[in-house]
Amino acid sequence: MNRRLFLKTSTAALAAGTAGAPWRGALAQAGPIKIGLLAPLTGVVASGGKEMVEGVQFYLDQVKSEIAGRKVELVIEDDASNPDTALQKARRLVEQGNCHMLIGDLLANTGLAVANYVKGTGTPYFIPIIAADDLTQRQRIKNVIRVAGYSASAFTHPFGDWALKQGYKKIATISQDYTFGHEQCGGLSQVFTEGGGEIVQQFWHPLNTADFSPYLGQLADLKVDAIFAMETGADATRFIQQYASFGLKGKIPLLGAMNATDQSVIRTLGEECDGIIAAAHFAEGSDNPVTQKFTKEYEAKYGKIPSLYGFSMYSGIMWVAEALEKLGGKVEDRELLIDTVLKTELVGSPLGKTVKLDSYGNPIYDVQIRKVVKRADGKYWNVPVTSYPNVSQFWKYDPETYMKQPPYSRTFQGIKKT
Amino acid sequence: MNTFQLFNGLTFAALLFVVASGFTLIFGLLRIVNLAHGALYLFGGYIGFAVATKTGSFVLGGLGAMAAMAAIGFVLDQGLLRFVRGHDLRQVLLTLGFAFVLNDLALVIWGGDSFTVPIPQVLRGGLRVFGVFYPTYRLFVLATGIVVFATLWVLLNHTRLGALIRAGVDDAEMVEASGVNIGRVFLVTFLLGSALAGLGGLMGGAFLSLYPSADAEILVFSLAVVIIGGRGSLIGVGVGSLLVGLLNTLGQVMFPELAYFVIFGPMAVLLAFRPLGLFGRAA
Amino acid sequence: MTQATSQPSKIAGMTGRAVIVALAVLTAAAALPLVLTNYQVGLATEMLIFGVLAMSIDILAGFAGRTSLGHGAIFGVSGYVVVYASAQAGLPPAMAFALGVIAASLVAVIFALLAVRTSGVYFLLLTLALGMIVWGICLRWTQVTGGENGMRGDVRPALLVTHRAFYWAVLAGVTAVSYAMWRFVRSPFGLTLLGIRDSESRMRSLGYNVSLHLFIGFTVSGFFAGIAGALYAMFNNFVSPSTVALAQSVEGVLMMIAGGVGTLFGGFVGAAAIIALENAVSAYTERWQMVLGITFILIMIFAPEGIIGTLRAILTRKQR
Repeated sequence: MNRRLFLKTSTAALAAGTAGAPWRGALAQAGPIKIGLLAPLTGVVASGGKEMVEGVQFYLDQVKSEIAGRKVELVIEDDASNPDTALQKARRLVEQGNCHMLIGDLLANTGLAVANYVKGTGTPYFIPIIAADDLTQRQRIKNVIRVAGYSASAFTHPFGDWALKQGYKKIATISQDYTFGHEQCGGLSQVFTEGGGEIVQQFWHPLNTADFSPYLGQLADLKVDAIFAMETGADATRFIQQYASFGLKGKIPLLGAMNATDQSVIRTLGEECDGIIAAAHFAEGSDNPVTQKFTKEYEAKYGKIPSLYGFSMYSGIMWVAEALEKLGGKVEDRELLIDTVLKTELVGSPLGKTVKLDSYGNPIYDVQIRKVVKRADGKYWNVPVTSYPNVSQFWKYDPETYMKQPPYSRTFQGIKKT
Repeated sequence: MNTFQLFNGLTFAALLFVVASGFTLIFGLLRIVNLAHGALYLFGGYIGFAVATKTGSFVLGGLGAMAAMAAIGFVLDQGLLRFVRGHDLRQVLLTLGFAFVLNDLALVIWGGDSFTVPIPQVLRGGLRVFGVFYPTYRLFVLATGIVVFATLWVLLNHTRLGALIRAGVDDAEMVEASGVNIGRVFLVTFLLGSALAGLGGLMGGAFLSLYPSADAEILVFSLAVVIIGGRGSLIGVGVGSLLVGLLNTLGQVMFPELAYFVIFGPMAVLLAFRPLGLFGRAA
Repeated sequence: MTQATSQPSKIAGMTGRAVIVALAVLTAAAALPLVLTNYQVGLATEMLIFGVLAMSIDILAGFAGRTSLGHGAIFGVSGYVVVYASAQAGLPPAMAFALGVIAASLVAVIFALLAVRTSGVYFLLLTLALGMIVWGICLRWTQVTGGENGMRGDVRPALLVTHRAFYWAVLAGVTAVSYAMWRFVRSPFGLTLLGIRDSESRMRSLGYNVSLHLFIGFTVSGFFAGIAGALYAMFNNFVSPSTVALAQSVEGVLMMIAGGVGTLFGGFVGAAAIIALENAVSAYTERWQMVLGITFILIMIFAPEGIIGTLRAILTRKQR
């Protein structure tokens, strides 16, 4: 039997068999575990926010809102894709709602605002989606943990390697101009150039660029083997469409950040997205049986193929739950909770493989190089082409040495000078 | 700026023109700064998208968007704005509140995903024009902008309604005093302006996509166009759209850091020293 | 001027009755933290801070007849400078605060220089455009402002870290600032502004330098908005482009209107009403934006005088 089933039945057996145990009785009176979920339900990234909530609720429905014998009370707040609102809601959840922990947020700036706040209150804050590198590297806050998440450059390091293996010699990158974009491009650029490749040119555009035509014109003129596009949300949708409408699709291979080919983007697209390659931990079309089950059940329940947002939050809350099981549900001891989460390995992950955190609190994954293909029913999804096992946020570098180099930014992309 | 960038700027200018012409008609004649105009663009785009995907017809989508936005414009003008006639500031703020409501309603109905209006088969692909390969649909947008300009020109300069509108822009009281039901002229203008916003939404929705903050973005551009071009002037909107469209593209390519400044700088300067814009006339 | 009737004696410019009312309100406000939870004290602090912002907008809107959609930017710039000075430059809180207020005033000066010659809807649009430029700068100048991510830091002085301590400090500051604003609008200068609001041409023909008065009025208004912004930066220990965005200006205007244009202290009432409403509504639904929009519309149609304004109107009607 798989480990998740084992855990469930053993918990049930424990509950049944130790009904009289003293700590059980104490817990029963301890009240529910209150989890504060922050997600952008309105604003620019509203669609992602909704899926974040679905991911958490999907898990809680599966465990009937009970973790380690205690009821779970989920309090959902909208951060409106806005850091000021996120702060306000975080305060409400912690000070008025008395939540034992916070989880969520999507945009890096909302996450950073809340992280700064919980630094003062000590509330455990889990960030499966926020990818700002430094929160688990140079500017680490103890009670902020990236369970089931990823740091921006973690997947583009192996992607750079894969690009080299395809025989690509010259690549151009186009990216949204903010930290997440800089870090993804930096990861790719560093590994690609260290392997002898050349980054011919890099384009940075403001978030919410409606019209990519100025950039596409320039990209078309470059003689490159591939283009790497780091786009998220509506920018990704528009970029992919305009890439096709300007005739670049089929002419120059398109590599994307995983956010660019995420379900939240490709589910409203047609053949424009066919064939785009990305690197990610999650590929919803994978033939791994655990992933297949997850995808199928999620789709049955919510009428859509799960995206990164649903998957990450599901895995995130599962991770916390597995830690809580170990603690017997004692969520009040924050130090212990944080330590336990850091030591817990995610056994029931929809990836079908146990995931553990490195010593800096960032997960280590098998990275899939995945491709967008059309399913039998006409919808598009991501299917793995090859994979890189056990990739950490530091790729093959020594952590201490890696952290001596500056964080990726517009000016530092790790490009090796020849 | 090479040919390619020029086309980009012109295409965007054409879209801006369609949207801003509606805005300036309302601003020019009714003296209402309709801050819900952007929301009409977005909402109209969504409805156009719904109709186009249901019926498979882009044209029906356009008609649907225009009709629906005229209807919503009717509600806004006759149902709400009539209570605050004559109070400039209250009108502006009321339309702002209406914009909030429309935006949130759109979120409830269509969710936050980005939608793209499907381009009709005949407009897909690209053409070789002046040495560049350019998407046919964008050329269509450019053409439509010109057609809308021509239509409005004819309307404003060669029809009775147009004459009334132009007279009303100059002096609404005089027009009323000469026995014309200015209220009806106002209403027709408001409906026309709203319909144009809806048309813009459908057209923009096909190459720029529709998403929750598109309304604020297009509104801000429309404001810049109308301020620079001048209130109530068709030529003004045309010139304003060209300037803003080209500046925006130029800004994106050459000064991406200063993208906003390139547009709002001139707008602010004009407002400070020549509030009537390039072609506006004193009220 | 000689008075036919005797004037009631005034303390610090206020009649005896006004002093009693003011003291009563202050005492009640000071006593609040003793009965409210920490979270509610935080809300009350926000109400005070945004009350000052709303009042600063009212100085121009209610007393000079010019509504600005750029005060959010002025408010936010103060916050940026405060956080930068404190977190990046390591300056002590008091100095960071002062720098923030100075910066906001300077921004107001620049806005004023461009805006004094316009009025009505054009003034609104111009201040909107200027606010957008400020927002664009805060968004793009990543080296200094942190760009999208904003800036964070421990800005509060060590003494004021607790909810209560900070609230009382804010209350003291806000009281002083409100008094200053109140004196300002009732001063001869303030009366001139009122005259300008009522009829600019008349004031001009009477020999007043209208542009200069508006310029000073705008700068003073920006000064107070800057104080509110600095307090907000200390409250949040965080600032980001959304603090200078158009939405912030809109919210400030809405609070001012909800309280009552031209009532000055209506700013507190409006801020309290909007913040309380938001808190109550978002506990039940995500549709806060829709509720806000509907509230806006209803106020414009049925109560454009705002809460205080409508109350005053009812009272004067009763007195007849």
